[in-house]
Amino acid sequence: MDSFARLLHLSPPLAWMALKLLIVIGGVMGIAAVLTWVERRGAAMMQDRIGPNRAGVKGITLLGLVQLAADGIKFFLKEDVVPPHGNRLLFTLAPALAFVPAMLGFAVIPFGQSFSSGGQAYHLSLLDPGNGMGMLYPLAIGSMAVYGILVASWSSNNKWAILGGMRSGANMVSYELGMSLAVISIFMAAGNSPVGSPVTLEAYDPHRIVEAQEGLWFAVRQPLGFLVFFTCMFAETNRLPFDFAEGESEIVAGFHTEYSSMKFALLQLSEYIHIVTASALLVTLYLGGWRIPFVPNPGVLLSVAAFLAKLLFLCWVFVWVRWTIPRFRYDQLMFLGWKVMLPLSMANLLLQAWLMHGRGIA
Amino acid sequence: MFVFLEFLVFKTEEMEINLGPQHPSTHGVLRVKLRLDGETVVQCTPIIGYLHRGVEKICENKTWFQGQVWTDRMDYVAAVTNNLGWAEGVEKLFGIQVPRRAHYVRTLLAELNRIASHQLWLATHALDIGAMTVFLYCFRDREAILDIFEAFCGARLTTTAFRIGGLREDVPPGMDRMVRNFLKAFSTGIEEYETLLSENRIWKKRTVGVAKLQAKDAVALGITGPVLRAAGVPYDVRKAFPSAAYAEMDFQIATRPEADTYARYLVRLEEMRQSARIVQQCLDGLPEGPVMAKIPKILKSEVCEVYHSIEAPKGELGYYFVGEKGGANPYRMHVRAPSFVNLQALPKMTEGNLLADVIAAIGTLDVVLGEIDR
Amino acid sequence: MRAYAAILLLALVAACIPVAVWTLAYFVAPKFPNPTKATNYECGITSPGEAREKFHVRYYLIAVMFLVFDVESVFLFPFAVQFKELALFGIIEIGIFLFLLLFGYFYIWKKGALNWE
Repeated sequence: MDSFARLLHLSPPLAWMALKLLIVIGGVMGIAAVLTWVERRGAAMMQDRIGPNRAGVKGITLLGLVQLAADGIKFFLKEDVVPPHGNRLLFTLAPALAFVPAMLGFAVIPFGQSFSSGGQAYHLSLLDPGNGMGMLYPLAIGSMAVYGILVASWSSNNKWAILGGMRSGANMVSYELGMSLAVISIFMAAGNSPVGSPVTLEAYDPHRIVEAQEGLWFAVRQPLGFLVFFTCMFAETNRLPFDFAEGESEIVAGFHTEYSSMKFALLQLSEYIHIVTASALLVTLYLGGWRIPFVPNPGVLLSVAAFLAKLLFLCWVFVWVRWTIPRFRYDQLMFLGWKVMLPLSMANLLLQAWLMHGRGIA
Repeated sequence: MFVFLEFLVFKTEEMEINLGPQHPSTHGVLRVKLRLDGETVVQCTPIIGYLHRGVEKICENKTWFQGQVWTDRMDYVAAVTNNLGWAEGVEKLFGIQVPRRAHYVRTLLAELNRIASHQLWLATHALDIGAMTVFLYCFRDREAILDIFEAFCGARLTTTAFRIGGLREDVPPGMDRMVRNFLKAFSTGIEEYETLLSENRIWKKRTVGVAKLQAKDAVALGITGPVLRAAGVPYDVRKAFPSAAYAEMDFQIATRPEADTYARYLVRLEEMRQSARIVQQCLDGLPEGPVMAKIPKILKSEVCEVYHSIEAPKGELGYYFVGEKGGANPYRMHVRAPSFVNLQALPKMTEGNLLADVIAAIGTLDVVLGEIDR
Repeated sequence: MRAYAAILLLALVAACIPVAVWTLAYFVAPKFPNPTKATNYECGITSPGEAREKFHVRYYLIAVMFLVFDVESVFLFPFAVQFKELALFGIIEIGIFLFLLLFGYFYIWKKGALNWE
């Protein structure tokens, strides 16, 4: 531990940043990759079957984890068919447009407790607090996810793809409203709670939001907002019961009908990265981030473990829900978004404002 | 006067799209030509024929015994009921008296097949609506039925289970236990499906009031089976014209008045329960005796015609035979395939609804393309 | 500024991944083009008409409504941040603001713009 601290003091800030970058990219990609395995094995578990367990190297299957590598290799070795009737450039670009925003979303999430060493504060999030963007940044980046889907569907020039793209465009846009309104009441609560940190943080800084959840998590303090945000996350990640962009049984494969090979794999991977990012957002905003109940200062290792545990649990919930409930119909989705989620989030905002006023905060 | 304002008239453009034949949820090679206005279906035209093999014509060149093999390949998820219709139709034509024990075994197998067919329907219908887990639960339980078929006749899907005049062999030892085990497992299995679906709000949202087909329209279109019964018409060939051992069985016709997709779901679930009851009664009351009537090696018909129908899982399955003098084959054979007739209801059920409802409607009609195209 | 450098770096690394993947796949993947493979997928039937047709106005309506409400939420963000300073005055004012918006909201609800059918 001592040598690590010395290394930390000696190395330039850039090295610390690079390390965090590595953790974020490696962690997110790793969890997303394992999530595909969890999805398949979890589904198998729920459906009374075994799931992938055959792929292996010299008989070592690691509970089917080797299947991941096999799938990856298979994707590389597949012919990449680019439809000539579409737009080739956009068709190639679309997976990147889906992938990059998905990766970027995680940048502000604090995945552990900040610590100070040698008179210097270190924050376990890629972006240090006080950057002026805070939680606004993942919301903004999250909205960009729809571009990947829309570009993919448009450039395919396929009817199913365009139907899927239009659906998911309208879908994501509708649920973004409820989501951002729910987040506003978080900012309100975070900005008005006493914070122990010496650094002055904006109300929308994720570090401050986590600090503000020292007593009670926001999920407990704002159950309505939590419900809205949780539902919207399913819509934003295009997962069942809102998987309209793909909507397998209706519009074949939706926006990625024409995709094959690694491009398809990238689209698929970005969906799983979205799940990881959505779970991280949920954890940070509503489930106390790296906090452990009744432990005021868990320390670096324990806090990271707590964050990871919550994150993985939420990822599992995404999988769980997918294999449990059916899909909504499109108009019902719109109904839910506009006529239920939006009023609910507005009501939540006014209720929280009123409650806080009642408590004499404002 | 206002001609120059014509461009202001609100006019939407319709998109023509082919749902199928290669589509994950048209249950085979059904092609549905849709005209969509946004997501709303303006016009829906089912196009069939991608699986046509000419079963009716082929059967004219097969003997009365051989034709049964082809019935397996019509409704391939309910081969036993197809066999039953063929066997009984031919027996009616020749006036063959089948032993009582054979009737019981036939009824037992046919009802097991009804359960299997409905399970497959529920599996795929739920999958179409997005409930993937039900799919595998149904397949898990259906497996036991296929095992029973395998024990009985060696085949799981294309059974050719019966012979003209009865059964080729008596039931194998141990089948009684297999069926009883299945019935026990099934009673918990069906509870599981219900837990996942019946009170699920999304399932109800997707099915209640969707793809309605009122009794008047259903009768006019000649719809039979669960689709008709879910519109409140208690017509069941097993009760109306009982054959095999159905007259001796105690069961109810499941009906619902709502005439929507959810009603059809409930009707089929209830039918599965009733079928399980019939299977139980067949097991308990299985009479002793021979399973095969005395019949000649080669059947030669007179000039005659016969129509015989039974209640297949999809609806009324009718066989129409025309015999010629001294004919070892049918002179003409025609099948009244329930899926074929029921598919006619698709445009009526879907036009004006959303694209997703087309999928629900195809699922709820429970069509099998092997039977439609024959 | 250093904070933003981290994001830039992340974006660059993230962008490198698809590029690397494409490059590798380009060299590894087999290529057997044929005219049938290049046709548009429409369930095995030659596609009648164009995919990029005019789309139903409802989709655009959703987009327009989204703009209205998104701008609304943009106004709410500063309110949330300055909640304490604005005190009761802020709450009342935001109540009026939301009330006006809700008025429009119920108008479009009643007009049926939120109905899909």
